Amino acid sequence: MPETDYTTDEIMSVTAARQLHDGQVCFVGIGLPSEAANLARLSHAPDVVLIYESGTIGTSPEVLPLSIGDGELAAQADLVVSVPEIFAYWLQAGRVDVGFLSAAQIDRFANLNSTVIGDYHDPKVRLPGAGGAPEIASSAGEVIVMLRHSKRAFVEEVDFVTSVGFGIKGAGREGHRGTGPGVVITDLGVLEPDPTTYELVLVATHPGVTVDRVVEQTGWELVVADSLEVTEPPTSEELSILRDLKERTARAHGG
Amino acid sequence: MAEITSLRNAIADFVPNGSVVALEGFTHLIPFAAGHEVIRQERRDLTLIRMTPDVIYDQLIGMGCASKLIFSWGGNPGVGSLHRLRDAVENDYPKPLEIEEHSHAGMAARYAAGASGLSFGVLRGYMGTDLEAFTNVATITCPFTGEDLRAVPAINPDVTIIHAQQADRNGNVGMWGITGVQREVALAAERVIVTVEELVDELTATGPNNVVLPSWTIDAIAHVPQGSHPSYSMGYTTRDNVFYTAWDRISRERDSFSAWMDRFVVSVDDFDGYLRARDAGTLLESAGA
Repeated sequence: MPETDYTTDEIMSVTAARQLHDGQVCFVGIGLPSEAANLARLSHAPDVVLIYESGTIGTSPEVLPLSIGDGELAAQADLVVSVPEIFAYWLQAGRVDVGFLSAAQIDRFANLNSTVIGDYHDPKVRLPGAGGAPEIASSAGEVIVMLRHSKRAFVEEVDFVTSVGFGIKGAGREGHRGTGPGVVITDLGVLEPDPTTYELVLVATHPGVTVDRVVEQTGWELVVADSLEVTEPPTSEELSILRDLKERTARAHGG
Repeated sequence: MAEITSLRNAIADFVPNGSVVALEGFTHLIPFAAGHEVIRQERRDLTLIRMTPDVIYDQLIGMGCASKLIFSWGGNPGVGSLHRLRDAVENDYPKPLEIEEHSHAGMAARYAAGASGLSFGVLRGYMGTDLEAFTNVATITCPFTGEDLRAVPAINPDVTIIHAQQADRNGNVGMWGITGVQREVALAAERVIVTVEELVDELTATGPNNVVLPSWTIDAIAHVPQGSHPSYSMGYTTRDNVFYTAWDRISRERDSFSAWMDRFVVSVDDFDGYLRARDAGTLLESAGA
């Protein structure tokens, strides 16, 4: 049963979760990606393998972790390895099918910035920095980007390339093992790179969202696909699994 | 051989002003008690190394202990910014902070190289990012395949400080769970201080992922139960996520940060004083938590 009563974060998580399939190995970050990946595991993809950069492999947390290294992740993991090992033996060696990334800024060729707004040496806003992102963007088989839509986030050129999408001006991905961002999921819709130009194209809007609104919230002249679709709204089953998960999480974190 | 001593003596002996120091622990086993002791002993001009600066370096930086930070992800996990780190980078407050930043994979390779006695680590990373222009990374060509790879310089701290679950009477250290870069950062350092939850007759490996550091790789061990709070020690304590969330409010303004640090870190005798305040419920009262 499709629902009409859901939040923008919920449709983001549900849309992202649907991208994952059983048996895929998925490198997960904290926040919405973690929510989406665990929703997939608890619904249509029980055998998705979740890896967190803290070295926890094949983990199935009962509640969502606040940090990348909550004890829950280690306690529920198939195995726990060191941080040098997770990046070298598992990510770099090509054992990760899908990597989730977010950022403060994205440009029209899906390059991501999570380092700094403004000049590097005299920043307007100092962001957390790279973390695992550059190598996830490079080495994961493909990348799913989750980012809330706004003119501040969707910019013509990022202030700093922390993670490579399709390179400056769409130069491409020479030297990278993975195929890069296959999809960008926002609170307004879904974008995918054009297969030849690598420019992000709006391929779907979420129910009730107009194309004009997406264009207005995008800092470059957004190309809209001829066959624009509308995202399937979350089902009541998806929503109930997601809300149960979030409720358990809030209780566990004393929130 | 490791000497079993007090945390106060260990910091006094092995962490002089100007040292290059790594207090590691990837979310888990973060040596907060040791960080507090460094603050109490008013160390200055430290080069601080840590993949995720976390609240522990927010405290050290905000108290003016550091002149340089080497890191790869500087946020409050799941919460937001580290406000004291940002104030130092954006406004030079309380003093200018030189930064050198990498990716996690790069830092991991640097520690592994340091532990291996090599001058650099190698990885397939940084390619096409602006980090290449702003940090210490170089392109090298694989002599066997011709592939372009990246080299990052080894990290060899003057002193590494980590927290672990156990030490036995002979000074062998045991830990498990998320062990991050603990083994590499210990073996890379000139001196190693370990704080532990418990002194035991024999290490009990309850896993997952047991790591043992033999006594002869360690200089000083201090028994500091709950010494990783608000981080955690699997099998002993759980992560205090309420604290991490409340830290955002405590640290947002300079005044509220200083008042909190004075009350709970500077003017207590040792980490027990801080834990007593936590148990009495006063630690987070200014944050309304």
